[in-house]
Parts: sequence; C-alpha cells; structure tokens
Amino acid sequence: MLEVIKPGLATTVQDLGRPGYYHLGIPLSGGMDQYALRAANLLVGNDEGAAVLEAVFLGPELKFGRDAIVAVTGADLPAKLDGSAQPGWTAFAVKAGQVLSFDFLKRGARAYIAVSGGIDVPIALGSRSTYLLGALGGLEGRALRAGDRLALGAPAGAAVAGRSVPEALRTLPAKEVTLRVLVGLYWHRITEAAGKAFFGDVWKVAPEADRIAYRFRGGKPLEFVPRTPPFGAGSDPSNIVDSCYPYGSVQVPGGTEPIVLHRDAVSGGGYCMVGTVISADMDLIGQMQPHTKTQFATVTMEQALAARRDRAAALQAVRDSLA
Amino acid sequence: MTMRYSFGGDEHLFVEVAEEMSLDAFFQSLSMTKAVRDAAIAGVTEICPANASFQVKFDPDVIAPDDLLALVRGLETQADAAEKVLDTRIIEIPVLYGDPWTHETMMRFRERHQDPTSTDLAYAARVNGYADEQAFIAAHAGSPWFVSMVGFVAGLPFLYQMVERAKQIEVPKYLRPRTDTPKLTIGHGGCFGAIYSVRGAGGYQMFGITPVPIYDPEQKISYLRDFMCFCRPGDILKFRAIDRAEYDQISAEVADGTWAPPMAPTRFVLADFLQDPAGTNARLVEALHA
Repeated sequence: MLEVIKPGLATTVQDLGRPGYYHLGIPLSGGMDQYALRAANLLVGNDEGAAVLEAVFLGPELKFGRDAIVAVTGADLPAKLDGSAQPGWTAFAVKAGQVLSFDFLKRGARAYIAVSGGIDVPIALGSRSTYLLGALGGLEGRALRAGDRLALGAPAGAAVAGRSVPEALRTLPAKEVTLRVLVGLYWHRITEAAGKAFFGDVWKVAPEADRIAYRFRGGKPLEFVPRTPPFGAGSDPSNIVDSCYPYGSVQVPGGTEPIVLHRDAVSGGGYCMVGTVISADMDLIGQMQPHTKTQFATVTMEQALAARRDRAAALQAVRDSLA
Repeated sequence: MTMRYSFGGDEHLFVEVAEEMSLDAFFQSLSMTKAVRDAAIAGVTEICPANASFQVKFDPDVIAPDDLLALVRGLETQADAAEKVLDTRIIEIPVLYGDPWTHETMMRFRERHQDPTSTDLAYAARVNGYADEQAFIAAHAGSPWFVSMVGFVAGLPFLYQMVERAKQIEVPKYLRPRTDTPKLTIGHGGCFGAIYSVRGAGGYQMFGITPVPIYDPEQKISYLRDFMCFCRPGDILKFRAIDRAEYDQISAEVADGTWAPPMAPTRFVLADFLQDPAGTNARLVEALHA
C-alpha cells in the first residue's frame, strides 16, 4: 500500500494505455513518455506494462506500507527517501514506513515512479491508465489527492536494488527541441509560404501543455489557400468537416498556434491538421516544459520508420542491460 | 467520390471520402470502415469512422505503410458495391429546450457569442429563417439525426440531420470556445448537432439539455452496464421536446434505474431516403412507437 501525503501537481496512474476505443472517443492514455515508463518497470522487476505513477513538474510525497523496490525515470526530478537523495534511473530499496519525496524539477517534465508489484487500481477497458477528461481508469478516474491509498500488486520477485539504466540510454530532452513531422492530412490547405514558415520559425511550448495536447506559440500565423467552404466545414479557413485526429497530429485553429495532440487526445474535430509528429518523437514531447524552444522538421516516411527502429533498438538495449 | 489518402505520421492512414459533408459521404465512410474491418488486416489496431472521412491506426512494425495503403485502396470497389443499407436502431432522446443550466452557461460566455443580446436558441432560429424559437424547436425535434461520428471526448455523438440539405440547420460555432459546457447539453455547430457526453470546453451553440446520460465510466446507469458509451456510429436519434416536470421525472427514474431511452431496431435504406426523406423518416419514427 502507498499512502499519498502530498499529491504533486497532477500525478496520475498510467500504464502502456488503452487501445481499441478511439472510435468511441476514448483515447489511448498511458504514460506520455513510454520509454521512461517501460524502463522504470524493468528496473523494479515488473512487467514493462505495469501501472506506475506519472508525476508532472512536481513530485508527490508517498509513504510506503510495505517493503518495495522503487525506480524513478524520465524527468530529472530528484528522489529522496526519508530525506536522503536517491539516484534517478536506478532501482533502490524502500522499507515499510519510509517516505519518498522529491526535490524541484531540474530537467524534463514527467517522472515515472515504478514500485515492484505495480500500482494495483481496477482495470478499466483493459488498462489501469487514467483518462482525466472521461473520469476513467486510474484511481477513480482522477489525479491523486492527499490521503489517497493506492494498493500495490504482488512483486514478481525479480527486483534487485542497485541496478541502473546506463547513462547513454537515459533520454533527457535538450534545451531546444526538434520535432520531426510527416506532412500530410490537410497540408494542402496552407500556402507554400506558410508551409516554409512553419518549418523555418522557432516556436515555444505554451503554458497550455498537458496530456491532451501541447500548444506552441511564437511563429508566424499560417495563411490558408482561399476557398469556398465545403458544406458542413464551417466558415473559418482552418475549418474542415469534423474528422478523426491522429495521435501526434498538428492542428492549427485559425492558423495561429499549432497544437500537437498527445495520448489523452480529443479524438476528432473540425480543425485542419498540417501533418503529424512521428511516433519516435512522441515520448520527447512528454518531457518538454512550457517555454521550450521548438522547431519542426519535415521528414519522409522512410526517415520516420528509421527513427522508429532507432527508438526500438534503444529500448531493447535497456532490456538487455537489465536482463 | 474520389477518396484522398494521407498518412498521419507512421501509425495512421487517414482517408478523406469527400471534402464536404453528405449522407453519401457518410455511407461511403461506413462502408469503407466495414470493409477494412472485414478484411482483418494484420497490423491494423483501430478503425475510426468519421463524418466524411475515416482513420486506420496501424503498427508499421507489422505492416508497411504503403502495403496498408494499397490494401485499403483495393477495398474501394467492394465498398462502392456495398448496399447502402444500414441495420441499426432508432432511439428517442427527450430534450428540455431552453433549460436553466445551459442558459446560465450561455450568459457567462455571452461576450464570446456572435449576438450577445440574443440567446443561442433565438439566434439559431433567426439565422435559419424560423419565425420563432418554437418553430425552430419543432424542426430540430421534428426529424431524426444520424450519429455520423462518435468522438472528440468519450462517447460524444456528432449528429447529422436527416433532411434535405436546404432544410438543414446550420449555425456558426461561438466566436471563441467556452471553457465550460454542462454535461448532456444539446449543441450545434456548422451542420452538426452533438450531445456533450461530459462537462467541458465547447464551441457549439447550446439549445437544451437531455436527462439521458450517454457516458458512464462507472457503468451504474441501467442501460450502460454492458458498455459505458451509449452512442455508436450509424445510430439514429430522434429528439422529443419535454417540459421541466418530465425532465425531473426522467432524471429521477434514470437515477432509480427504472428508465431507459425508448429504442427500436430499424433498417435504413439510403435510396429510399433520397427519394422520399419525409416519408422514410416517418416510417423510422413509427418503429419507436410500434
């Protein structure tokens, strides 16, 4: 059992997510940085997809009701056990009664706290992930609150303190980030000059950056190709007949602020999308803080697939290093 | 219709059936998604129909994007040939038009509206050429609506009014989206209606509220025990105007678990509808009261 003394800012239970219901508006959810989530579980001897806590910007304070092996990965959010510093990306032992807390965030945005045995909340539609908008999954479909008690699963028994992910395999976002985009969807709706500016300009993550979407500001407004609005689309040049929204798709309401949808995405709507952030860069978005300077870079499908293979190889290297 | 194919990153194939909304485009999207589902393509993980488009999520480690594209494109002929017939259900949704809760919300966000001195109902009646709100409500509740897409948030149906295009209700969205919309608001934006399944942000004009929950993650509502989302693409909804007393009564009965929305199985034939919309609708609605 874990007792929540302080909840942090918006700490939620997450696992690998809830595929299969996007056609009914229920998004994937799950950890925004899946690589860090998997690594945290591997460190404590869990199945890679066990439920962990995702803490954003500010860590929680947790009192342990039983002995456990714990690991914190992802953002550089320094962990402390009864006040003494613990290394990140490293498994450490916790005794019943000890308190895990965190110093201020140094880098990144989201930390993953894995506990041997996993967080045991009820499974909803095949997943323990929290979907806040739909009040589904996790602990009563919401973020943690002070006083909450979280059940823990039975440890697999393979957990050993002291194991750590090699430095080279710890992913931390740079000060300036490049997000790779495959253009498409409604790219043809913006002018050639707007397309060039989109990739040429430097954007910044806006304060409106959460599990649903990341919004970007600072680039030039995008101009649209003139048209007669198609029936049902709406009168704004950025409107389309409401369609599905891919995860990672970059929509530009009014042409002003690109919005990249993430794992709690709204599943569809009526704004034109100019392309999609490739799957290999989605974890990185989950680690971006507001005000992070960002550029979008255009890539081909071949490059997107190569980047995806690189990500898979890095994860395999983590598995091998902990095997 | 010439379908337009585009990749949404390395995990989605996005297909625009038509740029503008129509029943034809909606049926084409349904036929295509059905064909893709029936084809049981290895690597396809999710198939999402939308109003006049659809999306296929896939695992590129299992199927190469271009291979998937070729397979889906190859289903066009089959989908074209599919009978434009839908075995579905018609569901009656009672609505308290001009209710106090959407009214309160509307007043809080009045400066974001095209016509701050009017109400959403009065404005929609005026821009659609109805004499008054009552005439507008009669039209809104007078013909059935297709659930042409479920999404935005969990269980939210997009609704397409089953009348000739010239008679379709059209209203612009709010100038700037609201940060709040009551749960179960009956909204409208562009040519689409919607029922807000959860409380939250929204830009659609607000006409009323239904006492009928359509999303229940706890699955305590009697008719949502099997599945937490009520609406599915292809469902046909028919609104019925109710007064406050009936609203309160249905709300109480829903809470008791003694009320479920009236519904009946029905068959929709697109050709029949296109030939005689009013007659086809009348037959559909009859099924509710059979």
